[in-house]
Amino acid sequence: MADETFSLILFSGTDDKLHAASVLAVGAAAMGRPVNVFLQYWALDAFREDRVHKDHGVSPEAGEDGARAVIEQQGAVHWIELFEQAKDIGEVTINACAESMELLGITADDLHPVVDEVWGVARFFMEAGDGATFI
Amino acid sequence: MTTTEITRTIDARGMACPGPLMALIGAIRTSQVGDVLEVLSSDEGSKTDIPAWVTKARHELVEVVAGDGYARFVVRKAR
Repeated sequence: MADETFSLILFSGTDDKLHAASVLAVGAAAMGRPVNVFLQYWALDAFREDRVHKDHGVSPEAGEDGARAVIEQQGAVHWIELFEQAKDIGEVTINACAESMELLGITADDLHPVVDEVWGVARFFMEAGDGATFI
Repeated sequence: MTTTEITRTIDARGMACPGPLMALIGAIRTSQVGDVLEVLSSDEGSKTDIPAWVTKARHELVEVVAGDGYARFVVRKAR
């Protein structure tokens, strides 16, 4: 199954990138692909349960209009909801990078329940198959 | 005009991608085999996504009709 797996490494924690990632995850899950999401750095920080719904800003290229559009989009369907839908319809695992956890001083209890486990990088690659997408 | 009898209508107009597809997947799950669902979607992505998903999930795309600012997808639950 590993070669069918869609592996996604999330580094950035802005709402636009997290939303784009959630759309990819839900699309892959809908098409029957196993999805393997790995959270690092600022993406991991955004998955803290008490920070999920905060404003995480947008990429620098968004500009004012882009930022407004993303805020509106998050009001309609938030990215965390799309990750939940992905898990609901498919075989989707979302795991936190152990090194990033340590760097940011995060414990498993701090994370939103959509996050399954804390993994080292080797474990992620064991599940990743041939390719991985970095956002 | 279609002569197919519609079991259920999902009005997903105004929903952003992938909302209409998600609404269809949810409705298919709670339907019976043989049921015919119609999805109304104004999302451009639905034009490619709904047919792709229906094929992958092995249901039947009965028809796609372009409306004014939206499209209507008729899907039969096949399994």
